[in-house]
Amino acid sequence: MVNFNDVNYLPWLIPLGPMLAFAIIALLTNRSRLVPATSHEYGGHHPDYDGMLVPVVAPWSRVLSIVVGMAGMTAAWLMSLVVFFQGISTSKLGLDDKVFESSRNWLATGVETFRIGILVDPLTVVMLFMVPLVVMCIFIYSIGYMAHDPRQARFFALISLFAGAMLTLVVADNLLLLFVGWEVMGVCSYLLIGFWYEKKSAYRAAIKAFTTTRVADVIMLLGIVYLYTMTGTLSFRDILYNPEVLAMLAGTPALIVGSWGISAAGLIGMFLIIGTIGKSAQFPLHVWLPDAMEGPTPVSAMIHAAAMVSAGIYAIIRMYPLFEAGGHPHSGEFTLPLLLMAVVGAFTALFAATIALTQNDVKKVLAYSTISQLGFMMAALGIGAYIAAFFHLITHAFFKALLFMASGSVIHAMEHGEHHLHEHHDEHGDHDHAHADHHAHDAHDSHDAHDAHDAHDHHEIVGEPIDADDVDEPVTPHFDPQDMRNMGGLIRTIPVTAWTFIIGGVSLAGFPLITAGFWSKDEILADAWYVWSGTSSVVHIFVFVMLAMAAFLTAFYTARQLSMTFLGDHRTEAATHSGLGGPRSIISITMQLPLVILAFFAIVAGFVGVPPDFPIFGSIFAPNGNPFFDFVKYSLLTEMQPPKPPFNAIPVLVSFAVALGGLYLGWRMYGRTPLKAGEADPMTKILSPSAYKLLQNKYYIDELYVAVFVKPLKWFSKNVVVVFIDKGIIDGTIHLIARVFTWIGDLFKVLNLWLIDGVSDSIPQGIINFGAWFRRTQTGQIQQYMLWVLFAVLIIGLIFVVSAGFLQAAG
Amino acid sequence: MNFGEGLTPEAFAFGLFTILTLGGALGVVTSLNLVRAAIWLMLSLFGIAGYFVLLSAPFLASVQVLVYIGAIGILFSFAVMLTRGMTNLKERFNDQWWLAGLAALTAFVLLMVGVIVPAFGNSGAPVSDQVTTTVDLGVALVSGNQYVLPFEVASLLLTAAMIGAIVIAREDD
Amino acid sequence: MVPLWMYLTVAAALFSIGMYGVLARRNAVAVLMGIELMLNAVNLNLIAFWRYLTPFNMSGQAFAAFVLVVAAAEVAVGLAIIIAVYRNRQSVEVEDVDMLKG
Repeated sequence: MVNFNDVNYLPWLIPLGPMLAFAIIALLTNRSRLVPATSHEYGGHHPDYDGMLVPVVAPWSRVLSIVVGMAGMTAAWLMSLVVFFQGISTSKLGLDDKVFESSRNWLATGVETFRIGILVDPLTVVMLFMVPLVVMCIFIYSIGYMAHDPRQARFFALISLFAGAMLTLVVADNLLLLFVGWEVMGVCSYLLIGFWYEKKSAYRAAIKAFTTTRVADVIMLLGIVYLYTMTGTLSFRDILYNPEVLAMLAGTPALIVGSWGISAAGLIGMFLIIGTIGKSAQFPLHVWLPDAMEGPTPVSAMIHAAAMVSAGIYAIIRMYPLFEAGGHPHSGEFTLPLLLMAVVGAFTALFAATIALTQNDVKKVLAYSTISQLGFMMAALGIGAYIAAFFHLITHAFFKALLFMASGSVIHAMEHGEHHLHEHHDEHGDHDHAHADHHAHDAHDSHDAHDAHDAHDHHEIVGEPIDADDVDEPVTPHFDPQDMRNMGGLIRTIPVTAWTFIIGGVSLAGFPLITAGFWSKDEILADAWYVWSGTSSVVHIFVFVMLAMAAFLTAFYTARQLSMTFLGDHRTEAATHSGLGGPRSIISITMQLPLVILAFFAIVAGFVGVPPDFPIFGSIFAPNGNPFFDFVKYSLLTEMQPPKPPFNAIPVLVSFAVALGGLYLGWRMYGRTPLKAGEADPMTKILSPSAYKLLQNKYYIDELYVAVFVKPLKWFSKNVVVVFIDKGIIDGTIHLIARVFTWIGDLFKVLNLWLIDGVSDSIPQGIINFGAWFRRTQTGQIQQYMLWVLFAVLIIGLIFVVSAGFLQAAG
Repeated sequence: MNFGEGLTPEAFAFGLFTILTLGGALGVVTSLNLVRAAIWLMLSLFGIAGYFVLLSAPFLASVQVLVYIGAIGILFSFAVMLTRGMTNLKERFNDQWWLAGLAALTAFVLLMVGVIVPAFGNSGAPVSDQVTTTVDLGVALVSGNQYVLPFEVASLLLTAAMIGAIVIAREDD
Repeated sequence: MVPLWMYLTVAAALFSIGMYGVLARRNAVAVLMGIELMLNAVNLNLIAFWRYLTPFNMSGQAFAAFVLVVAAAEVAVGLAIIIAVYRNRQSVEVEDVDMLKG
């Protein structure tokens, strides 16, 4: 029997808790009542629903869904902690056979059997510390954030499934199981981004995210299939910890493109990386991620920190030996996948950071900063800084989850303030419903913008990812609680949120020495510098420069965001009245406690990865060598482990300079003389108007995609398919045929009258007769049917007996 | 095939049970009165129970008597009586009776010629004179690595069938 | 002992007779009786094979027991259906239940 006290089996149970919670909530506790759409209980009132009955979750169901969801996640968290402590107390976990693993037969595919199982190596151990902790915080936060949503139970069901899928992905021991978790997360993200599906923008964003990542996932699946045909296994350990398999993959020319010098490992690696480019929102497939902000804020935190985007990088880190196979980045020998990662990552890091400079939506800034930081990780992996990338993944998860949830608190507080203003002329108003009512306004406004004949637009365009004609639709201006220009001075109304936000922000900016972000970014830069100084590899110095510039911009826009949100005067009445409903309200507690927990880790998580030869800090935190480095490196084969860069002042000084310089410059522009209400962004003065517009419109990438993919398709359908194919070819052919047959008919009309009549009469008559005859078999008499069946069986039996007799006679 | 050793008690019993079983079965399918058919059915099933005894399966024999003859036979009798008012007492068979007979006969011949005689015509005595006991059957039915799961499923099936039968046969309110 | 093929012959005959009843009887209750005969023929086969070929493996007897259980359930539900049909259509003739007619 399987003993789940054994750490070789315990990880099986980790994803089970949230999965079960999903099943229980979805099947049992998601009980709704129908209420009129105009009812006070249905917060997300939509004008299209007037007079309709809409489902609202029953109160007991809300409570039960929270309890079940929390219970499932807590169980997963506790078990993960057990595995984590077992893992870190095992010396040299990951080396040779020292991993926790178990597997069992899953799919028998003819002669082979595909095995499914769990694998705990150092990567998994670290992920099992980070993921459940962050997800726990998100769950707690969601209790407050979703407290008044009419579909709260549905939310907890989906987010539990999301968590379960993420944990499955983390503990998986093979690429297929990882892909299963990956895809389940894709579905969950679709459902959660479109959670408020009454909003057109929300369901559009959901479809956009789903289709964009789908493009990448299909290519990734190709890579998986190719890998399986090459090796006959998808188990990580069998492929990645096995020098012979890696050498075989690196030595075999790839299918089709092998003649261009691409090895099988290279092709598979490119496919897998494209999957990650979609999932981790790298250029050019990044467009879905900013739009994914349409989901509830906990979802943003889930997608952008703990789960989905991390999953992409995690998959790359997991499969890293495959990408490296055949090359050696530390001596400047790149393989094609590594080069792709380095270029795409470095470019994305800088590209997204520039967009973030001009965004005014508090969540959009964070979204682009996420894309940028993921670019850091990709670039780091591309230059072989395997452990530094993983380290940054972990620290980034902490501070980015913190930032998203804090921004959610800010938005919540702003909505609260906005609602407070309207309270006196809205008798039925209840300020706890501020959040939900906001969506009502939103939906209503965009609805009003349509002409009368567009009233049913809402129903017609479902299923169309991007409707080109509607992209520039005018929207009646209304109060936007996410716009930083409406904020200002919030540090006085929501101090806890503000301070935790600031901690997360400086960590993101890489404030030297005391924040986690500094240590992880510094390690990436140090790696790049070290290899460049040894080999003068062009790619390394390219990555170094790009990332340093991106880090500078990161610090700058972080300072801008912090200043605009928290410093200065309240720029609107809503900001003056913002708040979370008193310090002891359940919303205030559940929405701020996770922030405090994550803020703690946003600071201290960096200290596990301090280089030992770093002055002062090295001797405090890493007397026996860099603990993170020494723990994680054993997930690679010994000969593949990256070299440890010795301390070098130049990259550290660069880190110092970009972080402090960016923060100072941002503070100088936005913090020292805070923005007044209605004042233009100082950025407009620095950048030329066209450049500012370019950045604010995100380089027009969305518009480009509309122009390149959507519009041509529409044009093609309209002009080519309709005019040429439909009207020209098909109609023309039909007309021609008709004319020819008319002619033939005219010619032989008289002659063949009797023949045509005869045939045309007798064929239907024959069919009628046959039908009438055949109809009699359908008597409805069950015994007659059974008799037919029996005759069939007897005939088959007779064939068997006779053929067996023949065989006997013959043999 | 060896009948030359005289009529052993076992062979005699076999013949008797064959007459009971097949005679009863013929009675079931031919008798006009369904109450009689039910009686014939019980007789036939009793013959089967006899075979079970000959085949050293005493437990199944007793279950056969208890469940089939006792419970199912009585159930049939009740069903017949409950629906007797409209029973057509003139015609036994439907219009396809001769086709059905042909099919049944073909099936029998096919089984005999095609399967039983070629495959088992020469097999004589059983592989062993020792057989398992009722205790073994009991252990097999409840031991974890044999039939405990089907056993429990079967009990669930019976419960479900009971509830289903009540629901279906109940008068609608 | 009596040779195995004789048991099999009896079972085959019983099966065929039962099948004839199922196919040819008008009355639904009689059809159900035919089904019982067929099930018993199967049981007889199971036990005969068990005794002659695999006497130390309990699967033969166990399967026979399960067939018995299924038969009991089937009769209970079948008769309930017949009674329900009788109540609704005032008939237990199989030919009268022909709503599937095309």
